[in-house]
Amino acid sequence: MKKDDYKKLVKKISPQENRFKNAIIAFLTGGSLALTGEIIICFLMTSFGSSRVEAGLWLALIVILISTLFTALGFFDNWVTKCKCGLIIPTTGFAHSVASAALDYRNDGLITGLGSNFFKLAGSVILYGVISAFFLVIVKVICCG
Amino acid sequence: MASFKFKNVYIEDYYSLVGPIEKESRLKNFDLAMEDYYFKAKTFEKSEVKMQQTVIDNLLARHNYTINDFDLLIGGDLSNQISITNYNALNYNVSFLGIYSACATFCESLIVGANFLDNNPLKKAMLITSSHNLNAEKQFRYPVEYGAPKPHTATFTTTGAISTILTKNKGKIKIEAATIGRAIELGIKDANNLGAVMAPAAASTLQTHLTELKRDLNYYDLILTGDLGCIGSKILQEFCEKTYNLKLKKYLDAGCELFLKSQDTYAGGSGPACLPLVLYNKILKQKKYKKILIIATGALHSVAMVNQKESIPAIAHAVSLEVLS
Repeated sequence: MKKDDYKKLVKKISPQENRFKNAIIAFLTGGSLALTGEIIICFLMTSFGSSRVEAGLWLALIVILISTLFTALGFFDNWVTKCKCGLIIPTTGFAHSVASAALDYRNDGLITGLGSNFFKLAGSVILYGVISAFFLVIVKVICCG
Repeated sequence: MASFKFKNVYIEDYYSLVGPIEKESRLKNFDLAMEDYYFKAKTFEKSEVKMQQTVIDNLLARHNYTINDFDLLIGGDLSNQISITNYNALNYNVSFLGIYSACATFCESLIVGANFLDNNPLKKAMLITSSHNLNAEKQFRYPVEYGAPKPHTATFTTTGAISTILTKNKGKIKIEAATIGRAIELGIKDANNLGAVMAPAAASTLQTHLTELKRDLNYYDLILTGDLGCIGSKILQEFCEKTYNLKLKKYLDAGCELFLKSQDTYAGGSGPACLPLVLYNKILKQKKYKKILIIATGALHSVAMVNQKESIPAIAHAVSLEVLS
């Protein structure tokens, strides 16, 4: 059998992922997370008199703390598997990726293990995030002055 | 000629240890089960070394053997440089051969061991194979606690360790013949669909085995592939029919037979431990089959080669077993 024919056979038998269903799950869980975040921001602004920017920073810290703690306690990965991009795209995903890598390599030495592998998954987010921010700023300066 | 018959090699006994998820699976008669993935060791790597040591020690103790009764220790696992088996070999003062065929390691160890016993004055060999889900996840996929969603074609690496005693003394299971497979790729690059990667290798080895030993499919009561999974085994059946005109009827796949549907293990089990666990603790315990052809399949990839978008080579080795009554 030729390679192309074999690829067709594999495609025919392998089940297709239900992307629509996954998108709906991600929309609902990610949306609920964002809604909860907004409620926390409003709470911080009304109860502690914080500005919106300040409340946003506190919210990021709370979300990072919770997702890192839950990853370390060992059940956050199940949530991520079920909620998919609903938990991967927000800050929760970033915190989860560094926390899980740190857990994996904690026995391999502070430099050779934990230090070298801490950003194993999140490194791409930082690198391409910085690069895209750089180009977007150039676009902004050119377009908006 | 890649196929040959053995005159006088038998499986004397075996010992199996299963992981925490596998103990709730469709396996029933295993010897020992782990409560958790650490197995009272500090790291997962040390846990797997301890798993290998436990199955060898317990098998030796069951027969009042010492390692000095054996001429050779043969084994392998999935870790880089088969370090788990190498570190376990330190525990035994016996000649040691480390082997690697990914998930086909068990059949490779049977073939290598049987050849040594059949053609040399060696009397007994100890075979060891293991896999640990979390070690495989860490090495081949994502960090253990990272909950990356997986496609339905992915398989779940089995946690388990199996030791086997090969001997020249007549026993209940005869290693009758074997076929050494060739490395094959048909352009599949997806490490999340290893069933599709390995199915052509299994089909090629099966065809070679039948042709070279002049047998047909009816000769065997059961053909058991290693870890193609539920999707890979369907691909194999269709591939065999279209390419070699072989209709697989008396056929099972160990990966598909291992877990319950409720255990949510995607397309089924995989890993070097998958085939021997199902063979020893399910198929042989049923006492239904006399002539069994086991075809262990392995995907010979590394993370670097997959990232460089190379097609994944696969291998399959076949061993014909006869259950004597």
